Amino acid sequence: MSRKLQFDQIRLPPECDALRQEVRAFLADEIAQGTFDPHRPGHGDSHDRTFSKRIGAKGWIGMTWSKKYGGHERSFLERYVVTEEFRVANAPVRSHFVADRQSGPILLKYAPEHVKVNILPRICRGELCFVIGMSEPGSGSDLFAVKTKATKVDKGWRINGSKIWTSNAHIADYMIALFRTSPPTNENRRHGLTQFLVDMKTRGIKVNPIYQMSGQHDFNEVVFEDVFVPDDHVLGEIDGAWKQATSELAYERSGPERFLETFYLMLELIRAVGSEPDTRSAEGLGRLVAQLHTLRRMSVSVAGMLQAGKEPVVEAAIVKDLGTIWEQNLPNRVRELTAFVPPEIANRVTLEEQLAFATTIAPKLTIQGGTTEILRGIIARGLGLR
Amino acid sequence: MAISGAANGPNWIKRTENSPDTIASSVIADPLETSFDVIKEGRLIRHIVGLPSLLLHPTMALCEWSQGNERTPIVTNDSDHIVTESAARIFADLADPQTINRLDNGAWKAPFWQALSDAGLPLAWVPERLGGAGATLAEGFAVLGVAGRFAVAVPLAETLLAGWLLTRAGVAAPNGSMTIAPSRPSDRIIFDNDGTLSGSVIGIPFAAEAQHIAVLAHGEEGVVVALVAASDCTICEGRTLAGDPSNIVRFQRVKPLRYARAPLGLDYTALMLMGSVSRSVQTAGALESILSLSVSYANERVAFERPIGKFQAVQHNLARLAGETAIALAASGSAASTIGQSDSFDETEFFEGASAKIRCAEAATDGAAIAHQVFGAIGFTKEHILHRFTLRILAWRDDFGSESYWAAELGRHVAQEGADEFWPMVASR
Repeated sequence: MSRKLQFDQIRLPPECDALRQEVRAFLADEIAQGTFDPHRPGHGDSHDRTFSKRIGAKGWIGMTWSKKYGGHERSFLERYVVTEEFRVANAPVRSHFVADRQSGPILLKYAPEHVKVNILPRICRGELCFVIGMSEPGSGSDLFAVKTKATKVDKGWRINGSKIWTSNAHIADYMIALFRTSPPTNENRRHGLTQFLVDMKTRGIKVNPIYQMSGQHDFNEVVFEDVFVPDDHVLGEIDGAWKQATSELAYERSGPERFLETFYLMLELIRAVGSEPDTRSAEGLGRLVAQLHTLRRMSVSVAGMLQAGKEPVVEAAIVKDLGTIWEQNLPNRVRELTAFVPPEIANRVTLEEQLAFATTIAPKLTIQGGTTEILRGIIARGLGLR
Repeated sequence: MAISGAANGPNWIKRTENSPDTIASSVIADPLETSFDVIKEGRLIRHIVGLPSLLLHPTMALCEWSQGNERTPIVTNDSDHIVTESAARIFADLADPQTINRLDNGAWKAPFWQALSDAGLPLAWVPERLGGAGATLAEGFAVLGVAGRFAVAVPLAETLLAGWLLTRAGVAAPNGSMTIAPSRPSDRIIFDNDGTLSGSVIGIPFAAEAQHIAVLAHGEEGVVVALVAASDCTICEGRTLAGDPSNIVRFQRVKPLRYARAPLGLDYTALMLMGSVSRSVQTAGALESILSLSVSYANERVAFERPIGKFQAVQHNLARLAGETAIALAASGSAASTIGQSDSFDETEFFEGASAKIRCAEAATDGAAIAHQVFGAIGFTKEHILHRFTLRILAWRDDFGSESYWAAELGRHVAQEGADEFWPMVASR
């Protein structure tokens, strides 16, 4: 084995407590005003730009970024607290979350200065929505099969092709996309891909909706027909994008959003079994509690190790693998544990609505952001098997 | 401020180079309390009462200690740790799993135990003034993690726990091996008015090998901690899955060698939690070895003209095994660090300790199954060492409360507190 697994015992520092209380008070206020209903997932849209702007005004987007770009220079552990409180409350964060988690950090690292100054402060204010353009009809988990082509033209690039499974494309202002700028070489099939920043208002971009079986409209097909992207929107090395996506993925993979998307089921389970559950319900609930607690401790640990400058790539992949599988099984576990509770319990309707919704979104959890199979390949490589 | 070293008995000194402050003196006042002076450039700058050696635990990158209401964050050096290093050396030299597995007698045990005793490990949790090594709880848990990695088959964890139980009640610990009773949550031993112990308890680990038993008993006036000579009890033959002694012990009006009233908070739950966290830490260590053995084997064993580790199906099994190992490490580490920094067994310690036992026992079930699948037939032969690890982690599931027991306890607690209290409870950890 190349190295030992490591989970440093990180506890959130005391400054996080005050922040957590502040976030809870803000969310309670928003719920009271009717911005969203924490008990009714899947009702209405899960993005709300005016809400995102209020979150930005609180300083909770781009929290870890430099103040120079509108950020707040706070720690990853503080960002962790904000992320988990919003998830647990079932608050609509889709409008800014991708930019906050992924797109912003990529721009910080690879965009030219004038682009950073222009875009990052607007992300922090909650004004911009980002979409990730990776998958294509013929390229899903196998990213290096990307075919959508960027051809060099005067002062920029011309894009032709299409992207698919693009969450938010219909509401997004910008896409960070992976395009083919050269053919792969015999020595390196990962060669020839480049990351670009694309303004979604550019002429030649067409967004076609794809509806999910849950009834949600989340992702889309995006078609590019002779779309012009200027030279200063190239992010990082031309033909060398494959080198750019390693450590950032650890942030993307191991966050609390990977196992808290349907947290409301845990609360409804506790309400359903009541204050004096039978042994079967108590045992089942206790196992779920221990499992969730352990996942969270692992996830906090990875966040703390990243903050300390370590690169827990394998640990992060393990957290996502375990977290998404746990959450995928959650609706059925809750269903089984509430099978014998009296039919007249007060939260029956809410519980059944939530179960139905969570069951229809469960399959996506182990697909988005790296499938189970891809994650296990990464873990196997870390173990020294590849 | 950087803490550069802590004196907590001769075996536990660690020094870090390039630090402006040095610890000048150390006075053991209590098993859980150490006072020491911090000297800077030859001047005494602080007299501190706290737990300095906790700060040096290798798994704690960021720790805090408190003095009154003042909290000072301290960054420690998480490099090699002298306690776990010396333990690992003894295990490797005198209790190597491969060597032991080839022997069909217990001749290795006496010299091994002697070496452990010389290093002060069995009485690590006994303060120096009571004849022990005065290690912190965190240091003792770290030793048990290493013991798990070697699937150590002597009553080291049991003697540590017995020493902890006795000295928490102010009862001096004897030399030699010990175990504790009860070790199942539903078992009770009665302390009668005539000063004798009565009752029958099952599954007492290593009772047939231990010289003494530390007992937690119910008396009319509360809980009592007693030290008993094993020879004064009736000990029935019995073994765990792994072949280690696990005995029914009958106390028939047994007169303890010494006893004392248990301090407030030292009750059955506290003992079961300490035992559970110890077993969890051992399980995590054993799973680390199981993972490492399995990966090595998959890289060496050739089938269909390539190492089986090159097959995706095998790789994915090993990735799952890494996941189970990670769960056990994280859950046991979290509970050990919580209990290591606490002086009592309250809701937080219950939440962490119960969770650790649940998750480590579940990881043992799944992890052992995956490892045996990777090894194929050779893995379940007597000749191969895999069973030394897998059977022990499976056996440890039942000690100090099974995962089912703790899950029901935890579930009842969460249900009692109600849905609104649930997330604050999780988020507080």
